[in-house]
Amino acid sequence: MLMFTLRRLGAGVVLLIAITALTYTLLFFSSSSIARNILGEQATQDQIALKEAELGLDQPLPVRFFAWAQAAVRGDFGRSWFNGESVTDALVNRTPVTLTLMLVSIVLVAIVATALGVLAAVRRGWVDRVVQVGAVVGDAIPGFVLAIILVAVFAVQLAIFPAVSTIQPGAGAAAWIGSLTLPVIAIVLNYVTSSAQQIRSAVIKQLEQDYVRTLRSRGIGEGEIVLKHVLRSAAPAGLTVLSLQFIGLLGGVVILERVFAIPGLGALAVGATVRGDIPIVMGVVILTVLIVIVVNLLVDLANGALNPKVRLS
Amino acid sequence: MTDVIRTPTLTTRVPRGQVRRFLRNPLAVISLAVLGVIVALAALAPVIAPFDPNFADIGHTLADPGGANLLGTDSAGRDVFTRLLYGAQLTLLSALLCAVVAIGLGLPAGLIAGFYGGPFDSASSWVTNLIISLPGIIVLLSVRAALGPSVWISMVAFGILLSPGYFRLTRTAVQAVRNELYVDAARVVGLSDARIIARHILSVVRAPLIIQTALIFGVAIAVQSGLQFLGLGDPSEASWGEMLGDGFQNIYIQPLLMLWPVLAIGLTIGSLVLLGNAIRDALEDKRVVSAPRTRAARTVVEPAAEEIPDAADVLLQVSNLSVGYPSADGGHTPVVRGVSLTIREGEVLGLVGESGSGKSQTAFSILGLLPSSARILSGTIFFRGDALVRGGIRDAALMKGLRGRRIAYIPQEPMSNLDPAFKIGAQLTRPMVKLLGLSKKQARAQAHALLASVGIPDPDRVLGSYPHEISGGMAQRVLIAGALSCDPDLIIADEPTTALDVTVQGEVLDVLRSMQERTGVAVLLVTHNMGVIADIADRVAVMRQGEIVETGTVDQILAAPAHPYTQALLGSMLVGREPLTPLGIGPVDAPEPVLNRADRALALAVADSDREEPLSDAAETALREEI
Repeated sequence: MLMFTLRRLGAGVVLLIAITALTYTLLFFSSSSIARNILGEQATQDQIALKEAELGLDQPLPVRFFAWAQAAVRGDFGRSWFNGESVTDALVNRTPVTLTLMLVSIVLVAIVATALGVLAAVRRGWVDRVVQVGAVVGDAIPGFVLAIILVAVFAVQLAIFPAVSTIQPGAGAAAWIGSLTLPVIAIVLNYVTSSAQQIRSAVIKQLEQDYVRTLRSRGIGEGEIVLKHVLRSAAPAGLTVLSLQFIGLLGGVVILERVFAIPGLGALAVGATVRGDIPIVMGVVILTVLIVIVVNLLVDLANGALNPKVRLS
Repeated sequence: MTDVIRTPTLTTRVPRGQVRRFLRNPLAVISLAVLGVIVALAALAPVIAPFDPNFADIGHTLADPGGANLLGTDSAGRDVFTRLLYGAQLTLLSALLCAVVAIGLGLPAGLIAGFYGGPFDSASSWVTNLIISLPGIIVLLSVRAALGPSVWISMVAFGILLSPGYFRLTRTAVQAVRNELYVDAARVVGLSDARIIARHILSVVRAPLIIQTALIFGVAIAVQSGLQFLGLGDPSEASWGEMLGDGFQNIYIQPLLMLWPVLAIGLTIGSLVLLGNAIRDALEDKRVVSAPRTRAARTVVEPAAEEIPDAADVLLQVSNLSVGYPSADGGHTPVVRGVSLTIREGEVLGLVGESGSGKSQTAFSILGLLPSSARILSGTIFFRGDALVRGGIRDAALMKGLRGRRIAYIPQEPMSNLDPAFKIGAQLTRPMVKLLGLSKKQARAQAHALLASVGIPDPDRVLGSYPHEISGGMAQRVLIAGALSCDPDLIIADEPTTALDVTVQGEVLDVLRSMQERTGVAVLLVTHNMGVIADIADRVAVMRQGEIVETGTVDQILAAPAHPYTQALLGSMLVGREPLTPLGIGPVDAPEPVLNRADRALALAVADSDREEPLSDAAETALREEI
């Protein structure tokens, strides 16, 4: 178990290094006009040269990367090139609201999708049809378009929810609830049916297993079979789907945060991307890759706990 | 944005008729038509569009539809209709680029990795896993920061991100096909690898690739619109996402502005998704074979009513049982036809026949555990005078009450019949706690005794083990113990030794025999193996193609099989035993000699070591066709 965790962490570190290096190299080629962007059009050639030297832009790529990586390993990700805010501060301020939005949504998706998926698999009938049709509709409408439609209907036309969030960076959780309701609904609606469909397939697959018939032959009730045995064996498939959804959501919230004007990680990333604020972009990339690694590790550990065969190897 | 792309299931080669089936699906035709119109409008944009896409009339912004501006103007006074048309052009072409990149990378890599395996396979699988674990939008943001706002660049990058989908699809398909006989045959004939790939393998992956591409087109459109909506697109080009962003900015002033791009994006992606589903349905032939509600169309064969000498000790009485599965014409194809069986208290009845003869379906009917698509078409099943099935209608509640408690079941395949996630102790004790009302501790002690009684030397270790930690023979003993645990009156054993190693089969058979002798439980023993029957059965019923062809005591049937099929079954015990003919046992096609008891014992000894399932005609034909 410990070895397994360590091996996965090792693989995660390799992934992190590979992606960091790749992104840094990509961004290196775009940074040629950064100094002029920062200083403005009227800056003189000398001023630009001075700024480039200050940011280290005059150094060759390997030198810059290792300087950056050395600092990063110590926890210093540098400062924004544009407003001087430390990257760590920017991330710490912006991450909670984004993670809250994602976690609340994915937990709701998990609960609703499991209920729908199991019902659809066991009862078939109308629940099954809703899940099937819903999955197609969910595929057909991009999440942010759905979010825009929700804003247009519920915030603008009916004025039930605030159209834009009133969250300030660093504000407390209480301020979030009203503002996060509509975004959470948008995410859940967008993700729930396709998860439900995957869970449905996994449950149906388990229901067809021989051991289910044998359990029935032993006089075990249908409810106990589904909730105790089938759900447990179907859980790894469900967890995998949800983890993929969660990773997809890391990208999804970037656009959703714009739609709902939530000052989270996505908004930070978009702003930095437009300006070419490379330290911030690097910070966001590292944070998202870390989240991906942690989520995948947690799912692997959970699957290991659910499946005794995996646990041993 | 939903980055979970469901990989279409693989289907085998495309027979004809699927195009027709596809075109009969109204959703398919509608989505094709919608896509056709969108493509035509995009292609003809320069001809149809009344304005230049970037012509801005500053004095005429956010205009309502009408006049020269069919759909109004945007916040910069540009014509919405014109920009919608040019946006379609950009969207479709760049999505095409994305798909081409994804296919261009994923398909060849998948072909090579699947066909040759080896280091390339490992390396490309590693890269694939790396790409899949990236959050797509974040990568695209970095690419945008590095390489600028061009939609073409971001779609190339996105194509790379999507290529693992094609890689996995192709690799799996190729691996599945690579070892097929027809590919081997092609290789023997001397076709080059390239020819084999082109002819045999691409034809297999073609259909799933088309489905995948339809979905990926949709995802590409969604993602690029998202980026443009964020203002990360190229401002010099008209795009749907940028229009959506503009409309969203002005949602309070001109809500209509948002409607058009939403419609364009929704219709295009929706049509693509429906198209992909329609192709998949056409390939999978997803016509739901609905079970007819009436049981009018019964194929009932009048049974030869079996003689029951002493009705008083009858435990189970099956009469005229027919079981069917839904067929394409809306009726049922019977797999069990007019079967009648009687089992007396403490008796072992062997139900023998080859695979597909309907013997297992008969057994599951008695347990009430037929697959959900199966239907009892007619007949009655009485257990100790209670009707489990009467007039073809099951009493599900009664069956449920008997299962485990009065009628128990020993399955064929030991490993797949234990839940891999639970320890054996938990699986054995649960029915005793539930049905007999024992405490957990009592049940545990009982399970311990049961395991010892079926010849397990170390019950404590087995009770604390997961199914994968014990051998198949042990697992089968556990299942026998499980069947015995609630002291049933009847055990239905479905090929209880077939899946085991030859050396273990004899041991498990011994366990079954001694268990039966000790407890006096009645057994319905389903098997294809006459040797097993001879070993422990009192009476035999021979089944063929869903019907009972012969019934009698073991001595009668083995000594003087009346039905040719029974003779053939007895003969099949000796298939491949040519060297033994000098001992006096004739080959298969020779007329079956009437054996005396000593000869019979010899034949059975031989049969005991020949428990391989004989090939049915159908299986043999199928094999030949494959070759």
